[in-house]
Amino acid sequence: MKPAPFAYARARSVEEAVALLAEKPDAKVLAGGQSLIATLNMRLSAPALLVDINGIDGRDGIVHKGGMVEIGALARHVQAERSEVIASFAPLLASAMPHIGHPAIRNRGTIGGSIAFADPAAELPACLLALGGEIEAQGPEGKRTIKADDFFRGLFETALGAQDVLTAVRVPAAAQDTRTGFAELTRRHGDYAIIGLAASAKADGMGLKDVRLAYFGVGATPVRARQAEAALSGEASEKRIDAAIAALELDPPDDVQATGAAKKHLAGVLLRGVVRQLMEPAR
Amino acid sequence: MSSRAFDITLIVNGGAVTERVEARKTLVDFLRDDLGLTGSHVGCEHGVCGACTVRVNGAILRGCLMLAVQCDGARIETIEGVSDSGEIADLQDAFERRNALQCGFCTPAMVLTAQELLAQPGVPSREAIREHISGNYCRCTGYQAIVDAIEAVAQARSLSPSFWGASGASEPGIRTRDANAHLDSGSGPAGRPGMTVTRRAT
Amino acid sequence: MKIVDDNPSVLTALDRPNSYIGRAVPRPNLKRLTQGRGQYVSDVTLPRMAHVAFLRSPHAHARIVKIDAGAAKKAPGVVAVVTGAELAKVITPWVGVLTHLKGIKSAPQHAIAVDRACWAGEAVCAVVARSRAEAEDACELIAIDYQPLPAVTDPETATDATTPVIHPALGDNLCFERSLDVGEVDKAFAASDAVIETTFVFGRHTGVTNEPRAIVADWNEGEQRLTVYQGTQAPHMMQDLFAKHLGLAHQQVRVLTKDVGGSFGIKVHTYADEMATVALSKLLRRPVKFVADRIESFVTDIHARDHRVKARIGVNKDGAITAWEIDDLTGIGPYSVYPRTSGIEANQVVNLTGGPYTCMNYRARARVVFQNKNVMCQYRAVGHPIAVAVTEGLVELAAAKIGMDPLEIRRRNLIADDAYPCGSASGLKFEQLSHHESLAHLDAMMNYAGLRAEQAKLRQRGIHRGIGFASFIEVTNPSAAFYGVGGARISSQDGATVKLDAQGNISVHSGVTEQGQGTEAVLAQVTASAFGVPIERVRVVTGDTDNTPYGGGTWASRGAGIGGEAAWQAGKALRGNVLAVAGSMLQTTPQDLDIRNGVVVDRASGTERLPLDELARVAYFRPDTLPPGFQAELMATRHYVPRAWPFAFTNGIQASYLEVDTDTGFVTLLKHWCVEDCGTVINPQLVDEQVRGGVVQGIGAALFEQCLYDERGQMLNGNMADYLVPMAAEMPDIEVGHVVSPTADSELGAKGAGEAGTAGAPACVMNAINDALRPLGASPLTDMPFTPDKILKALGKI
Repeated sequence: MKPAPFAYARARSVEEAVALLAEKPDAKVLAGGQSLIATLNMRLSAPALLVDINGIDGRDGIVHKGGMVEIGALARHVQAERSEVIASFAPLLASAMPHIGHPAIRNRGTIGGSIAFADPAAELPACLLALGGEIEAQGPEGKRTIKADDFFRGLFETALGAQDVLTAVRVPAAAQDTRTGFAELTRRHGDYAIIGLAASAKADGMGLKDVRLAYFGVGATPVRARQAEAALSGEASEKRIDAAIAALELDPPDDVQATGAAKKHLAGVLLRGVVRQLMEPAR
Repeated sequence: MSSRAFDITLIVNGGAVTERVEARKTLVDFLRDDLGLTGSHVGCEHGVCGACTVRVNGAILRGCLMLAVQCDGARIETIEGVSDSGEIADLQDAFERRNALQCGFCTPAMVLTAQELLAQPGVPSREAIREHISGNYCRCTGYQAIVDAIEAVAQARSLSPSFWGASGASEPGIRTRDANAHLDSGSGPAGRPGMTVTRRAT
Repeated sequence: MKIVDDNPSVLTALDRPNSYIGRAVPRPNLKRLTQGRGQYVSDVTLPRMAHVAFLRSPHAHARIVKIDAGAAKKAPGVVAVVTGAELAKVITPWVGVLTHLKGIKSAPQHAIAVDRACWAGEAVCAVVARSRAEAEDACELIAIDYQPLPAVTDPETATDATTPVIHPALGDNLCFERSLDVGEVDKAFAASDAVIETTFVFGRHTGVTNEPRAIVADWNEGEQRLTVYQGTQAPHMMQDLFAKHLGLAHQQVRVLTKDVGGSFGIKVHTYADEMATVALSKLLRRPVKFVADRIESFVTDIHARDHRVKARIGVNKDGAITAWEIDDLTGIGPYSVYPRTSGIEANQVVNLTGGPYTCMNYRARARVVFQNKNVMCQYRAVGHPIAVAVTEGLVELAAAKIGMDPLEIRRRNLIADDAYPCGSASGLKFEQLSHHESLAHLDAMMNYAGLRAEQAKLRQRGIHRGIGFASFIEVTNPSAAFYGVGGARISSQDGATVKLDAQGNISVHSGVTEQGQGTEAVLAQVTASAFGVPIERVRVVTGDTDNTPYGGGTWASRGAGIGGEAAWQAGKALRGNVLAVAGSMLQTTPQDLDIRNGVVVDRASGTERLPLDELARVAYFRPDTLPPGFQAELMATRHYVPRAWPFAFTNGIQASYLEVDTDTGFVTLLKHWCVEDCGTVINPQLVDEQVRGGVVQGIGAALFEQCLYDERGQMLNGNMADYLVPMAAEMPDIEVGHVVSPTADSELGAKGAGEAGTAGAPACVMNAINDALRPLGASPLTDMPFTPDKILKALGKI
């Protein structure tokens, strides 16, 4: 499986990347390449031009500022996995990182790439949705910020245009009352999830508020379970969890790993476990 | 300027190499076809089997998911170079004595991957070893002998003086990282199999 | 029959001084593999070598109306574009039938499809180019007009009158059928206290060898000779087939096999694309290389194990099994694979079901039907995983029905250890097995009573663990009964040549081959022991039809038992020859001498008399100093074929301990055990590792692996992300124990062990899952692989 021929260019700045993307209608950004190069090898995709952004300086930082954790698009998964900033201020991402592929994948894959590629069974897009994060992109019209809720549009389809470059993602920094939970089910460690759940909330007395539940592996995009979120607001109890499970509006399609019926059932199982995590006080 | 073919210069196993490559040529194909370094293997070309694992700028990654042109200026180490340097002599010896390889096709990648784990502080548990090599497909051994060999090397290295100096670890003893504690067949409940409920590291 | 002692007191022919038999010696060929300096076929490059890529049919069944290759021929780097019709002038088609499978039929298969493609993935055109990438580029420029035809994709209806016949000349889609009716089955069922009936379904598998199939064919026009580098298990078989189908003499064909990145039976068959590669080399008069990529591997490497078995067992309250009945339906591809046929797997299912047990009332029917899917043939443990799962599944269902412990029902029905020689209902002949000794050993090893207690305790906390068993017999060391009698030119004998070189070191050249199981080590150990040198002084040569005796290669776990025996005999023979030289040099009776540790010694006292390098020097360079009339012969060749028994059956028993999460349907494997009786164990570490590797492949069958096809004959999960092979994090540790019942059919007494793990593991994992779920009222699961979906369904959760 050898890729079809393509042209290749290295961008030294985001502006240059944007300009290069305009050169060919089917030009593609090459960041970590862990998804893209596999699709090229299988000839599922045959872009005329790859614009390599790995050489752009200063886009791989992970910083805590202004109440947000900002992660440069070119930060590798392994950097995020080892980051003290993420461990302290974005614990949901810290939970998710060890599930992403395997060490060799995490050494090269990028946070920005994972968000931009938006595999429906991937962890980070769901985490972003669960945290109510935002995406910073730059294109021919300049820079803009897109809320996570508006970003994931369809199967491998995001709010990014053909000439946009995702430059950073931001999530609200965890505070004392932040609660997060993460769980995924895979047949084998490191596989794409059969189904997963990323969740965040705020402690509210003996219960929760501002609950955000983002399922992945259930459709074309990560999906907020809004009815279940509403059912979880308030004082915690098994009854409330039962109600939330009953309120799950997911209708996952069948795929080669599991039927939609199984996924629907598993969504409830995951929710029970994740709510228990949400109820644990932050350290 | 964009182009389909490039001249690249890189360090491979300590030696400078200059070649002209098509943009589409993957790193592992470049190493195998252009440089004749056939120790890195091609098993799937979509990043899943791990047989193509090589070191780039000190970190292991998939040679089938990297383009050779991206390696201009990079430092590449393949199994041949790492082997000749003696860095993994104990690991190779353990693999041979424990028969942790049969056909040998997964072995170069498996050994480089294991070495990355062993370079981290602490002596990993069997579960942690299994998790770390979970992206390296072996069809022959069933994995147990591989885990045995890596565990033996981890323990042996922890007893050697250089281990403490290198890692700066101040507390002796085994520090394990249990990803799935339920894999112990002793009495006691298993965790939720298959679902990894992640506890924050303490 | 006894568990082997560390220091046996009785001297046998095996008790050579410094013997390596029974020692866990590291394999001599490992250093190059850990250094990344192996020589796999995919590493081979030759001058002027070109690469071939195949354009493959996207349709499961279609007429090839027109191939327009004009643009492709002009593409950069292209050497040639060749269709099936063009290649048919160079290489003849083949038919995968054997006479001992009565009535088996199949249509001729071409190296590249001519007129019609019969499965999605079948090669319809070849592009030879400077590089694989350029060949693939040119493939995209070929325009093919297909006329899609109806595809046969359901084995259940394959022989219905309304289903299209794939090969009209054959009359129907039935490849092979076999029936057996022994004893008084109906009477036995009628008289039984209970009859349990169920249907077992087995997912289609593929081998997923780490190194894909690879071949480099080099036709030398000047020498009129073909050299083929191929990762085949059977070089002489392939030599014969290349010669036959290209119109060459054997002498014109050399097959070389160096390192092979995994085979497991996948690489013992004849593949159309590999035959095409060889034909292309002859046509183009230059080396041509083909390496199957992973995506094409999934739709061209032989598949296996696609069976649906309706089964019944009769049992009485006292645990006596009264009767067995099976009806096996297997859907293969559109052709029976050549030359071993695709009827063997079903034939084995009929032969092996019920094998370990005393019950002699047995009825079986097996039908093998053609489909428009990838071809199917022998893969590790051929038929055993099916037969053992059916048998052992029925046994534990019967036990549950009458409320008897699963080990106890086996104690009451396994053939007694002192009942041999005896036979099975299906006509198998057993020399000496150890079912009861093995069961007792397993019971102790796993602390069965302790595990049951733990299981009970945990159930009270809502944790559901299961324990499952599988007794099994395994076919090893096959005689000509397997293939030869049916007309296949597959050798069941094997040979070894042992030579003393001018420095007094030896080499052994053997017709069996290495794919990672340790053939080279076993041959070195055996030869070193038989001859009398340290193992470092033995060089092993395999995988070269020019330089080894004619042999059968490695399959059906014959390497150690058959290849090893030939090496043992050859080593002894060379020792005799060398001692004749020593005797003449030392003016002593050769019988008073021996070779130990590389030195000729006094047999009685052990006093060193003459080092081998000195003996060699004299024999090779100073024969003028030897007595007149004496001729030194420093090479010996011996052959071996089992004659007393058609197969050397081995036996064993496995157990699985696992936990089922009843909320998610996920299974966690906690531990696995296998007690194996494979006769004399030449290298315990290698045998144990074969068992472990085999068990994990069997676990793949039980939990993970399945080739999924839709009704149009399209494989849905043909990539490494969607076809789930076992990876490290989900596998248990596996404890292996041994009982030793040597075969008397050879001096070494070694049987085979390569496939035992795979034979029994699916059955005991299935039984363990059902053991875990039974108290919850779940209906037994008999449809592999046991995915979370199936478990949740059995529990009524979805």
